[in-house]
Amino acid sequence: MSDAALPEEHPHHPFLQHHFEDMGQQHEASTLGMWMFLATEILFFGGFFCAYAVYRTMYFGAFRAGADHQNWRIGAANTIVLIGSSLTMALAVWAAQTSRRKLTVIMLILTLLLGGVFLGVKMYEYHSHWEEGLFPGTHFTYVDHQHPELTKGIELFMTFYFGLTGLHAMHMIVGVGLLIWMILRAYRGDFGAEYYAPVEVMGLYWHFVDIVWIFLFPLLYLLHY
Amino acid sequence: MTSQTIDDVQFIEPIPKRNYLNVEYGVFSWLLTKDHKRIGILYLISVTLLFFVGGIFAFLLRLELLTPEGDLFTSDTYNKLFTLHGIVMIFFFLIPAIPSALGNFILPIMLGAKDLAFPRINLLSWYLYVIGALFGIYVIVTGGVDTGWTFYTPFSTQYSNTHVFATTLGAFITGFSSILTGLNFIVTTHRMRAPGLTWFRLPLFVWSIYATSIVQLLATPVLAITLALLMFERVLGVGIFDPGLGGDPVLYQHLFWFYSHPAVYIMVLPAMAVVSEVVAAFTRKRIFGYSFVAFSSLAIAFLSFLVWAHHLFVAGISVYSAMVFSFLSMLVAVPSAIKVFNWTATMYKASVSWQTPMLYILGFIGLFTIGGVTGLFLAALGIDVHVTDSYFVVAHFHYIMVGGTVMAYMAGIHYWWPKITGRMYPEWWARLGALLVFVGFNLTFFPQFIVGYVGMPRRYHAYAPEFQVLNVLSTAGATVLAVGYLLPMVYLLWSLGWGRKAGANPWGAVGLEWVTSSPPPKDNFHETPVVTWDAYDYPAFLKAMKETQHV
Repeated sequence: MSDAALPEEHPHHPFLQHHFEDMGQQHEASTLGMWMFLATEILFFGGFFCAYAVYRTMYFGAFRAGADHQNWRIGAANTIVLIGSSLTMALAVWAAQTSRRKLTVIMLILTLLLGGVFLGVKMYEYHSHWEEGLFPGTHFTYVDHQHPELTKGIELFMTFYFGLTGLHAMHMIVGVGLLIWMILRAYRGDFGAEYYAPVEVMGLYWHFVDIVWIFLFPLLYLLHY
Repeated sequence: MTSQTIDDVQFIEPIPKRNYLNVEYGVFSWLLTKDHKRIGILYLISVTLLFFVGGIFAFLLRLELLTPEGDLFTSDTYNKLFTLHGIVMIFFFLIPAIPSALGNFILPIMLGAKDLAFPRINLLSWYLYVIGALFGIYVIVTGGVDTGWTFYTPFSTQYSNTHVFATTLGAFITGFSSILTGLNFIVTTHRMRAPGLTWFRLPLFVWSIYATSIVQLLATPVLAITLALLMFERVLGVGIFDPGLGGDPVLYQHLFWFYSHPAVYIMVLPAMAVVSEVVAAFTRKRIFGYSFVAFSSLAIAFLSFLVWAHHLFVAGISVYSAMVFSFLSMLVAVPSAIKVFNWTATMYKASVSWQTPMLYILGFIGLFTIGGVTGLFLAALGIDVHVTDSYFVVAHFHYIMVGGTVMAYMAGIHYWWPKITGRMYPEWWARLGALLVFVGFNLTFFPQFIVGYVGMPRRYHAYAPEFQVLNVLSTAGATVLAVGYLLPMVYLLWSLGWGRKAGANPWGAVGLEWVTSSPPPKDNFHETPVVTWDAYDYPAFLKAMKETQHV
């Protein structure tokens, strides 16, 4: 077009994709997209939680005994770490929205570190379960000497433990990957009051993964009292 | 109204030289495209290929059933054939066919948008579909799988020596393709509608696809986690569903059908979407009871989540819960019947033009009604127990899936073919094809109702000799049906080169997709359209078109 040199009334934001009318529409589409994705995730975990509920009823004693093998102190500490990461994540969204570039980067890095701590602690827990012979399947060597009849049920509990926390950890690892990408973009100065949807969407995802853990912690660690 | 009809209002401006098909060339311009129209075509090609793969299995099954003795295939091979037929047809054809191929192409244009909200995710979802399908092909080539498409445990986890893991992984991956498509459609419908296009001005196609997307989004993840648990059990040997290890096989069936019954509506709601468009276009009338048809789509989507246990009437669930699910299953008939009655009422006293899409849709309405009413038989507890695992069930769901979804898919392909390709298909051949499909279909599946009711079980390669006459009829019908499906392949491909050039609005229909040129430009419209008419409001649409012409 010949009028390219003329000053436009609304200069296009560099991150406005061409199929959107304006930044507002693009922002709303991104956040709605993430909410829809989280709806899918709720049903994804929901099927697993449903199976957990069925077997907890079927093997009540074994599931109680299974929870005894979890160290609730470590679990509680990890819960606090994760909630802390949600706080720094929320602050990162706020910082991006108010165009505080440095603060955005710092808060995202803090979130990354806290997420890393959580995963590290989880690895430690997995390792000690493995040592005890509690990993289900052919490696399962644990026998409950007091109540040998519970052993099969405890293996089922550990299946759910590894399945649910493993699925959660996989989501955390994806989140860590996304965080690294966000940190690079924030450092580059991509975000500001007009354009911060990626950080907000990342935040929605991160909070969701935290909330899943808020359900997992009592179900797997605390329900033996 | 003036004497001028809608056909007279055509685009005065010449058809633009550049459209989405010739704006760029080369393999990578297709494989890396973010244009929803090109992705729709990628889907169209891939689902058509897999439809013929699934069709070959169906044909082999019918060939075996020509004679009562199991003389063509061993029972093991036969088990693999019906399993692969089911898996390929359901996961790789019926579920993506209308939404991902036709919906991808038409939905954003109907909304007056330049593209779907997330074009890259749209491309990703096609790649996920292809990866899932490649797992399916791998399984077919390396020896198959024999669990039935339902993967019932503990057979699938403990006893089957076939490729259960690869198959379920393929279905798992394809599931995410379906989820992402649904997500994209929901966000696009909410956020990308053209100015003036309010919810109650939307074409009913959009309402129905929207309802489908909700089911895809909320049901598919449950299948994903169920198949993940199944793979977990099969690989680690832990007892999630195997009763021998303390698991509960009925829980597997609950979880599986929590997806797979709503999946029936993932297959049939898009078919209903096509029906509404075609009926309005070929009767030149607004669909009778627009808002009832719109809300019945949402009602079907909602109720679809509450009926799954009618697949478990003989699996040992309690009589009380069976009665509840029996009642809820019958409720689904209400919104479905509303649709059928409203389409029929639209045709009442209309001057219907009998072009190919309309012929397919007439077939749809008749066959879907038979499929739906026999569905009520099956929802009734006593009859279900009598005919469970018989050919009656097979006939019932083929009336819905083939008589319903495939008929509507064929109607949709013909209806939007001029928009997609810019060429008309040859009408005479297409009518012949529609007739062959209708006759072939009924000849194939109607005898199965009878043979099932008198006691022929499904999933066996041999049967009692007194069933042979009906089975021969069925196989003969399958032959006619095969010709009916192959014929469009020939004349549609022919029309790409030699078909008559189509104008922007060859049917004289109302809708944004008929405002833009055929084939549409890359961004769908030369400028963002403003909608001033209600859906299927012929006078208002005509007036709006005249105004834009005579400025």
